[in-house]
Amino acid sequence: MTPPVLRGVAVVALAISLPVVPLSAQTLRIGLASEASSADPHFHNLGPNNQLRRSVFESLVDNDEAQQLSPLLAESWEPIDENRWQFNLRTDVKFSDGSPFDAYDVIYTVCRIPGVPDSPSLLTTYTKAIMDFEVPDPHTLIVHTDGPYPLLPTEFSTFGIISAKANGVDGAAIDFSPDGCGDLNYPATQAFNDTSAAIGTGPFLMESYRRGESVVLVRNPDYWGEPAAWERVTLLPLTSAGPRVAALIAGDVDLVENPPLQDLDRLNADSTLRVVQGISNRVIYIHLDHELVPSPMIRNTDGVNPLQDIRVREALSIAINRDAIVARIMGGVAVAAGELLPPGMFGAHEEGDLPPNAFDADRAKALLAEAGYPNGFGITLGTPNDRYINDAQVSQAVAQMWTQIGVETDIDASTASTFFSRRNAQEFSAYLAGWGAGTGEMSSPLKALLATFDRDRGFGGTNAGRYSNPAMDDVLTEALRTVDDDARQELLRKASRMAMEDFAIIPLHYEVSPWAMKATIDYTPRADQYTLPYRVRAAQ
Amino acid sequence: MLVFLLRRLAQSVFVLIAMMIVVFFGVYMIGNPIDILISPDATPAEIAETMTRFGFDEPAYMQFLKFVGNALQGDLGRSFVHGESAVTLILSYMPATLELAALGLFFSVAIGVPLGVYAGYKADRWQGRAIMTGSIFGFSLPNFWVGMLLILIFAVELRWLPSTGRGETVEVLGMRLSIFSENGLKYMILPALTLALYKASLVTRLARAGTQEALMQDYVKFARAKGVSETRILLVHVLKNIMIPIITVLGLELGSMIAFAVVTETVFAWPGMGKLLIDSILTLDRPVIVAYLMMTVIIFIFINFTVDVIYTLLDPRVRVKGEAS
Repeated sequence: MTPPVLRGVAVVALAISLPVVPLSAQTLRIGLASEASSADPHFHNLGPNNQLRRSVFESLVDNDEAQQLSPLLAESWEPIDENRWQFNLRTDVKFSDGSPFDAYDVIYTVCRIPGVPDSPSLLTTYTKAIMDFEVPDPHTLIVHTDGPYPLLPTEFSTFGIISAKANGVDGAAIDFSPDGCGDLNYPATQAFNDTSAAIGTGPFLMESYRRGESVVLVRNPDYWGEPAAWERVTLLPLTSAGPRVAALIAGDVDLVENPPLQDLDRLNADSTLRVVQGISNRVIYIHLDHELVPSPMIRNTDGVNPLQDIRVREALSIAINRDAIVARIMGGVAVAAGELLPPGMFGAHEEGDLPPNAFDADRAKALLAEAGYPNGFGITLGTPNDRYINDAQVSQAVAQMWTQIGVETDIDASTASTFFSRRNAQEFSAYLAGWGAGTGEMSSPLKALLATFDRDRGFGGTNAGRYSNPAMDDVLTEALRTVDDDARQELLRKASRMAMEDFAIIPLHYEVSPWAMKATIDYTPRADQYTLPYRVRAAQ
Repeated sequence: MLVFLLRRLAQSVFVLIAMMIVVFFGVYMIGNPIDILISPDATPAEIAETMTRFGFDEPAYMQFLKFVGNALQGDLGRSFVHGESAVTLILSYMPATLELAALGLFFSVAIGVPLGVYAGYKADRWQGRAIMTGSIFGFSLPNFWVGMLLILIFAVELRWLPSTGRGETVEVLGMRLSIFSENGLKYMILPALTLALYKASLVTRLARAGTQEALMQDYVKFARAKGVSETRILLVHVLKNIMIPIITVLGLELGSMIAFAVVTETVFAWPGMGKLLIDSILTLDRPVIVAYLMMTVIIFIFINFTVDVIYTLLDPRVRVKGEAS
């Protein structure tokens, strides 16, 4: 240890002028805001885990920064008829143990996914459409679905492939069925955590996974694609925002994700640092109770649920000054939203085609009077206070704006673990939440938030307001069966417009996600908010 | 002594059971872990299937009975989040916490005792008053603020020490420890100081009061009359006699330093049990929370017992009393 303490005031004064620490060219240290719960690529279908696995276990299809699909282990794919997609796999790919990659590894992976023991969130969400496989040759994979299924390539971008051979399984002998593949040998989750099973095709190998402490990745020397720019990457879970930024300024890490909004000005002012930011696929919205009469948190309406009246919903939407929220509460680091997915993403309207509802308090009051509430009513707005950027403050602003038009609004803020349970139990008449479109296209928010709740079809899973519009359901269902991209995009836009014109939900803004790093490196912001070490590059 | 031990044991078992019930139902009432853990994209059918797999669809008392049944067989359950045995998980985080607490304890004694003895010796002079005033800061400054301030001064501005995280570790007796490596020790200094600040102030105050009292005792007057040097009086006679209250308090504080270093570990991204606890609370990882708090009770019981034993070594009179009961 360096004996630091007694060097005198002069040294202190000198040291305050920050010395520039040269970036050692081949190592990269990243401060992450959240930690993967396991190194097993199929254990927990959640952002931090999916982000980590991408460095080690590649999927057939990749997503670019705007979540458009691009080739990865599959060079190309196309539908060959109503029920089948063909994937043409790369022939030059080897796993890190030297075994060649082929179509049977994909089948083996899909076989493992439903059976990962103790998994709190399985990846079956993305594999349940697969009915059967055909392998005409080891590098051609034909996937059977039950009817047209345009999202199949998107879903093949969500899970990483593991090797059948490395686990002693003869892939060609697997008898695939959606209900199970018989008794195969699979690596245990623990084997991924101690890295003995960390055999993938990715640009990095996993050297160590130490929970709470660090994940160390080293360059895969035999990577089939362009080798990673970094010999060694250390991922540090720095979950509190202040220390995370301090670590960057102190030079202990090279890049951090999600620096807090209030620090962005300071970071921007520092010429040795760089801040990049990009719009994310996450919309912050207010969902309204369309179902319950009387609604649990509405007062002074004699048992009527005013939110069932479209005029009231419109009034509540146009009473919100989204530009003010973006400017004052989000520090300009957000974009006002007119629907549930930002412009430029698949199924969203072009910029300006479906603009955010303009702020108009007078018209809001008039609409309320027309609907029979000249004196307004009382409502409580539920909100998490530690899940989204400044979530409780945004709710407070909305409450004030609603109170201005006569809808007296209280806030019921709680921590995420309590909030989501209460939300799912339909305790709120109106609540603020966010939705990140995992698939990067419009069917994701429409299906989850606005489609009629239907347990069997898997629709409306997060539609706690129980909005139901059969006409929109039909358009959405048709879109989900339309393989042609242009036609599907039009259908999704149509469905989105139908819901927005019905004021089914009140979109507030899209979150913008920032990254801060040393000026010597660069990172392109991603809509999926992932921090991918192999995409970090030396600055030009 | 045996009666004393048995009585202690019975009390401890009662505390453990009470703790288990309170924590289990407390966490149960906060919310459903699946609402936090499952991917938002999961369909209602998948959510229902996961609930069944974890047994969350059963009534609370059934879940509790199953938990107790397993606990009696020594199985406190598996973490919902990590899929590993809760006890194994906690044990894997424990070495980091223990070594941090040990260094923190060392700092609080190394800082607190000399300052306190000196302040007691110079009680009416400016030196004594300055130390006492300074110790008020140690009591009143919140931990996270001290941590951030230390990071700002020593890591961001001066760049003498690393800001957060854990450094290199070496394997000692099957545990990965960083206290024995130079690089690892560097990472420990700031969090250990943060942990130690409050305790050091406490020790300073105790040592001062003890010293003031001891200096008026007959044996000090006698030693002085005999011509024993002031240094020897302070370091040998006084120090020995003021240590008992200090060790009592430090024993209790060591327990809280091990079990509830939550704030410090969060600020410094220190991969210890406190950080595990706070992460588990945020994700409603009930098996880990229950196992953790039960382990905490056990630690406190163990420390109190050890403190009792140390008394007997320091003060022969305590041993006589213990045996008499």
